[in-house]
Amino acid sequence: MDTKPAKSAIFRFKWFALVMLLLALAPFFLSDFRLNLFGKFLTFAIVALGIDLIWGYAGILSLGHGVYFGLGAYCMGAYLKLQAEDLPDFMSWSGLTELPRFWKPFYHAWFALPMTLLIPMLFALLVGFPTFRARIKGVYFSILTQALALIFVTLFIGQQPYTGGTNGITNLQSIFGFSLAEPATMRGLYAVTVLMLGIAYLLCHWLTHTQLGKVLVAIRDGENRLRFLGYNPALFKVLIFAISAGLAGLAGALFVPQVGIISPSMMGILPSVEMAIWVAVGGRGTLKGAVIGAVLVNAAKSYFSENFPELWLYFLGVLFISFVLLFPQGIMGFWRKGRFKWMTSILRWRETRFARSSSPNGLPRKYH
Amino acid sequence: MAVTIIYLEDVTVDFNGFKALHGVNFFVDYGELRVLIGPNGAGKTTLLDVICGWVKPESGRVLYGEGKDIQRLTEHKIARLGISRKFQTPSVFVNLTLFENIELSLRRGEGFWGTLSSSLNGEDRDRIFSILNMIGLADKSSERAGSLSHGEKQWLELGMNIVVQPSLLLVDEPVAGMTGREREKTGELLQAIAKDRSVLIVEHDMEFVRQIAKKVTVLHEGSVLCEGSMERIQNDPTVIEVYLGRGEKGEREC
Repeated sequence: MDTKPAKSAIFRFKWFALVMLLLALAPFFLSDFRLNLFGKFLTFAIVALGIDLIWGYAGILSLGHGVYFGLGAYCMGAYLKLQAEDLPDFMSWSGLTELPRFWKPFYHAWFALPMTLLIPMLFALLVGFPTFRARIKGVYFSILTQALALIFVTLFIGQQPYTGGTNGITNLQSIFGFSLAEPATMRGLYAVTVLMLGIAYLLCHWLTHTQLGKVLVAIRDGENRLRFLGYNPALFKVLIFAISAGLAGLAGALFVPQVGIISPSMMGILPSVEMAIWVAVGGRGTLKGAVIGAVLVNAAKSYFSENFPELWLYFLGVLFISFVLLFPQGIMGFWRKGRFKWMTSILRWRETRFARSSSPNGLPRKYH
Repeated sequence: MAVTIIYLEDVTVDFNGFKALHGVNFFVDYGELRVLIGPNGAGKTTLLDVICGWVKPESGRVLYGEGKDIQRLTEHKIARLGISRKFQTPSVFVNLTLFENIELSLRRGEGFWGTLSSSLNGEDRDRIFSILNMIGLADKSSERAGSLSHGEKQWLELGMNIVVQPSLLLVDEPVAGMTGREREKTGELLQAIAKDRSVLIVEHDMEFVRQIAKKVTVLHEGSVLCEGSMERIQNDPTVIEVYLGRGEKGEREC
């Protein structure tokens, strides 16, 4: 068991290098419009990596990651807005004549950029510490995170003078002096996104391939067993939740300059649930799956909303239900199980569904 | 003279009006192997739950080692003091290998950052394999724990418990659902484990109790009914009345 993992690790990094190379070459093949869209998908892939850490590995389903994505995005949005105007337009419309004090530091990049990571992480610590300590888990935790997403949307809409209300922060002009209207700037932002996705992937790979990865899986499969072995699961859950939130914040910060707007509709319940769907479709507990899921679901979303705008939500629903029923391990699970056996897996879905419902850890009961 | 490792003093546990334990006084000595028996609902498992911190008593004290009161501590802190708990149903990490299961137990003290930086040294590796040998599963060390049989999972969980060399091991119905051969092996394993530490076992199976027990405590309706050697317990009229008679009738019904 010593040599095997090392070999497959090299193999894995070969794939990683190949994919990074393809991503780096994408600007030569895609139109500016498509490249911009693709860059947006890649920021979503960073969110998906974070959700996979806590859901796929540690078994904690957050249905409120839009909040952390939004917090990171709003920090970036505030910085970019202050590059364009000394007093943001929505503030003067709401009757403010002076920049609120807590907005002032966002004028500086050295403050705003780290905050895109730190504020989501700090907020996740604040949420995670009392909930995990009180041993709130499973569906109760998911509902709680969803309620938080709702609260945040209401708060951001209600505080128009400080947040831009329903419209959010719009009319962003430039980043570090480069106009956001220039295709060259977009290509630059795309390159930064690819780089950040690569770093995020390596970070998650490292986290899950050290002993920590095993502890996270143990939390998912038997939290109480782990507790009585002498671990404090709450500590691990809080910290991994914060790391996950930080990744969502980073994605939000990369999203804003590429899309040119951040509004509360991007941090609510619906986008948060969509984020979980990306990971479910790609395959929980595999980092590759999270990235693939985020890109494929969003590519499908673009395709469907361009061609059949009314049908997109139905498609999303069908996609989610069919994956839960037919491929509970997502695309990656399907890929690993034997690519050509999918017909039998469809024929047998009733059987596996029954087995799953009677097995405590959600995996098919093969050995009982 | 024997020294006490765990001492429950006048412990009462109240589950919404139902007194699962009612003023229990109970102690186990260092190096002792004690078996706890009693009819269903006597409070045997609750007593283990109190010791390992899962259930907090309404009143009374739980003293460990040299008189440390542990009843307010959280479970993982109690575990690190050297009290290890084996659950009734096999609780192993099915998606990790056998080796990783025991490694996880061994490396419990590392904390979040520790799990990122350190790796296993040769000494620890040897220790894990010696445990795997002891439970007879060394040749399956890199298989996933989910592929084990019921009995093998129970042994693996015992292995996870003893790799950290606890001073007191709590075992809840170790042979439930096992075949005859497996029972025998479990009995031998528990006796080997008990050489170096105190072991407290809850068990229903009287034949198994006869095989391993030196001293037995009988619980009945949340109180200690009787304590002593297996022989004495078997001839005690009250015990026969409330438990043994009924138990054998129950076995026939099964």
